[in-house]
Amino acid sequence: MGVFGASALVLIGVVWWTTVGYLEQQTNATIEAQVTGLVEQYRQRGKRGLEALIRERIAVSTGVPTVYLFADRDLKPLAGNLDTWPAGEADAEGWYNFSRLGEDGRRISVRGQVFVLSDGRHLLVAQDQSRLEATRSLINEAFLWALGGGLLLALAGGFLMSYSVMRRIEAINRASREIMTGRLQSRMPVRGINDEFDQLSENLNAMLDRIDSLIEGVKSVADNIAHDLRTPLTRLRGRLENLTARPGLDEELRGELTSAMTEADHLLATFRALLRIARIESDTNEREWSDVDLHPLLQDAWELYQAVGEEKEIVVHLGTASGRLRGDRDLLFQALCNLLDNAIKYSGAGSEVLLDTTASGDTIDITVADRGPGVPAAERDKVLSRFYRSASVTGIPGSGLGLSLVSAIAQHHGGRLVLTDNNPGLRATLHLPALPPAEATPVVELAFAGAIP
Amino acid sequence: MIAPMRILVIEDDAGVASFIVGGLKEAGHTVDHSADGKEGLILATTGNYDALIVDRMLPNVDGLTVVRTLRASDITTPALILSALGEVDDKVKGLRAGADDYIGKPFAFAELMARLEAITRRPAREGSDEITEIQVGDLHVNLLSREVRRAGQSIDLQPREFRLLEYLMRNKDQVVTRTMLLENVWDYHFDPQTNVIDVHISRLRRKIDKDFEPPLIHTVRGAGYRLSESA
Repeated sequence: MGVFGASALVLIGVVWWTTVGYLEQQTNATIEAQVTGLVEQYRQRGKRGLEALIRERIAVSTGVPTVYLFADRDLKPLAGNLDTWPAGEADAEGWYNFSRLGEDGRRISVRGQVFVLSDGRHLLVAQDQSRLEATRSLINEAFLWALGGGLLLALAGGFLMSYSVMRRIEAINRASREIMTGRLQSRMPVRGINDEFDQLSENLNAMLDRIDSLIEGVKSVADNIAHDLRTPLTRLRGRLENLTARPGLDEELRGELTSAMTEADHLLATFRALLRIARIESDTNEREWSDVDLHPLLQDAWELYQAVGEEKEIVVHLGTASGRLRGDRDLLFQALCNLLDNAIKYSGAGSEVLLDTTASGDTIDITVADRGPGVPAAERDKVLSRFYRSASVTGIPGSGLGLSLVSAIAQHHGGRLVLTDNNPGLRATLHLPALPPAEATPVVELAFAGAIP
Repeated sequence: MIAPMRILVIEDDAGVASFIVGGLKEAGHTVDHSADGKEGLILATTGNYDALIVDRMLPNVDGLTVVRTLRASDITTPALILSALGEVDDKVKGLRAGADDYIGKPFAFAELMARLEAITRRPAREGSDEITEIQVGDLHVNLLSREVRRAGQSIDLQPREFRLLEYLMRNKDQVVTRTMLLENVWDYHFDPQTNVIDVHISRLRRKIDKDFEPPLIHTVRGAGYRLSESA
């Protein structure tokens, strides 16, 4: 913007200088030409001839008023349209600046050339500067306007340009942030005018699509592995089961077999959970959806888990349990179970867990808050991904799939699972789109007004 | 272990079919398999089977129609419907069509076996609702008065504990899985994968088994629980 302004300034300066300079030069040239012509006449036709020519010139003079004065050696006028020889000194090149009284009584600045003829007589030819000065000030004014306007335009243009650039960069930034918060389907905005920003957006989008398909590929490979390994694993488990049932087995061996069977069960459970997450993520089917009243749902979850809490001397509180949303009742219940299970699992004896709901506008938040060790801020997103377990909980058994499942269920319902600090502890919140509160069923009273014919 | 049975599996997914057929054969049962609804229906009407395992989605004739047609022809062979994950809707439809139970994919084989056992041992449909008292050993449960007595001693149960005991009693001597309990006692359909059901069982145990001999609620490793007089 600065460069643009400076170049405009230089351009205007050069144009001004040339225009004004040109006008001056033109005046000078006209005067010089007249002087040369008159001197030539004097040389050929003498004093009388020059006087006649000057009179003639004055008579036909149009346009810029010209001053002619022919004077003798003592500067006494002989012919011309000036009464007395003007006061002042000529400069080295014979240029003479003076002023005369105009017809309207104002002083007019005049510029001309004095020529001393061979016999000592003087010739003065001068032109009024008023027109030139008027023109010059007109030009000055025009250039000032042009300069001011140009600068203003430069400022506005620069501002607009940088504003539109910033706006488009911000749009790309916004899309990036959206993607980072987990809305992986978001894409960079494309205006369709195929400029550099569109190209940048298109390239970023192509990159995101590629990443997306790679992730999909990895996911489906993992899911296929889980699916394909389930059958042989189930057979293995069956064999182990048959072995433990064999009569006359010594107790130590039976114990070993049983723990091997438990291991197989864990593996199968993990595969099942993995497949279930995959199914929930890929399922966009809303056939099983119904209007779910959160009150009984939370009540049941609380009832189920307060018993688990009691075993560990943890009190599970149920706060406000209200709200309605559209969704899969079983999946929502499982999400609550996983959250409550985690909260109790990671809390110490004598601790407390709160299950609560808060409605705000068109969303409903279901919160499970504990006083356990919590999850470090840096790991809160990671613990939602499959198999990620925080280093701080390595001593506690878990598959690393529980929160992934909850997160998948939240997303399946158009919501989100958000982990925050409970100071101390973890606060897991399911942000879900809510339904408006159920309208009270109107009580219809049947009134028979009079007899019906 | 249950006595060997003749089972018909109607499932078009080759992987799932071999998983079920293989498992059932290993458990000592005789198994026929069909990958087609129409063929399966013919087999089911002509063959003398102890149980049917029918996938919900089948080529030609779908699973629900197979079961409905069988029931319409007075064939009461116990039938278990298999369905894709979480389709609770299918459960209702399946049961309405005349199926005896429903299991969602993916399922554990132990789960399938427990449910198969439950439907094949289930007393004949008619009259089953008229049971008012169930007895296992010295434990008596009156379903009408909701009274629970063991060795003549009255036991006080919470409503949910009563429903849990009732379900175990109704399926006495049979393995019930945790998922079956969550489904029938709490009415939620998913695989709990945690010890939450165990906690409720141990609470019930404290009330009905702790002060008495012999224990009636048995843990079946890797499967679930069984309420039975014998260990």
